[in-house]
Amino acid sequence: MAIEKKHESGTKKGDVILYALSTCQWCRKTKDLLSELGIDYYYIDVDLAIGDDQKELTEEIKKFNPACSFPTMVINERDTIIGFDEDKIREKFE
Amino acid sequence: MNDKQINDKDIDKLFNSLNEDALSSGYNLNPDTSFTKSLVRGLLVNEKRYGYGACPCRLASGNKQEDLDIICPCDYRDPDLDQYGACYCALYVDEEIKSGKKKVSPIPDRRFVRDEEKIDNKNKIGNTGLKYPVWRCKVCGYLCARENPPAVCPVCKAKKERFEIFIGK
Repeated sequence: MAIEKKHESGTKKGDVILYALSTCQWCRKTKDLLSELGIDYYYIDVDLAIGDDQKELTEEIKKFNPACSFPTMVINERDTIIGFDEDKIREKFE
Repeated sequence: MNDKQINDKDIDKLFNSLNEDALSSGYNLNPDTSFTKSLVRGLLVNEKRYGYGACPCRLASGNKQEDLDIICPCDYRDPDLDQYGACYCALYVDEEIKSGKKKVSPIPDRRFVRDEEKIDNKNKIGNTGLKYPVWRCKVCGYLCARENPPAVCPVCKAKKERFEIFIGK
């Protein structure tokens, strides 16, 4: 069963999933930027997932970002933006 | 494991102590105090959650031995400060960023080139004929020749487990 991701509603610009850490400030900035841009997205704080759930998530992330670093943003299960790359994020959604 | 248990007083206490340690040993905390305090909060969360202060911007395994390299200050802080002017989470920055001449920006995680270095380190242990092995603090580079590393690095205060053999005897 897929692990439930939190939903932030906004303008739909594709299926946006943000893998983040609750303690990471670059992840925080990424969430804030997506909200500022009013983008509809799902996120999950991977550090708060427990045991097998966390393992499942890291496997999922590694498909898009082998280093499994945070934040990792996946758009339409295809494109990725790794790290808080403000210019890239703005360019993608603005 | 409730993150809300961490209060502002604890955050300020650790922030002040990190700031003092940084300044007295030639390092600087990020001047963006609200950003830095949020990182300090993350360190406290990790300390509570895992029993060690793993980097707030990296996913800790919960196994301290596996994560020694990412306990703050991490093994990658100094090379990252040299190359990018900030460490991975940007808790520590260089003079240029501190004075506002340069903006802090996210950087790639140096942790993933570690495995090659590890193999390299193994080759340094051998019959050198020295009376004592030379230990190196992986956090700050401090070297000392003695049977075992000191309990605490006299320069950066990193714990014993953060030392590696630099030259074997």
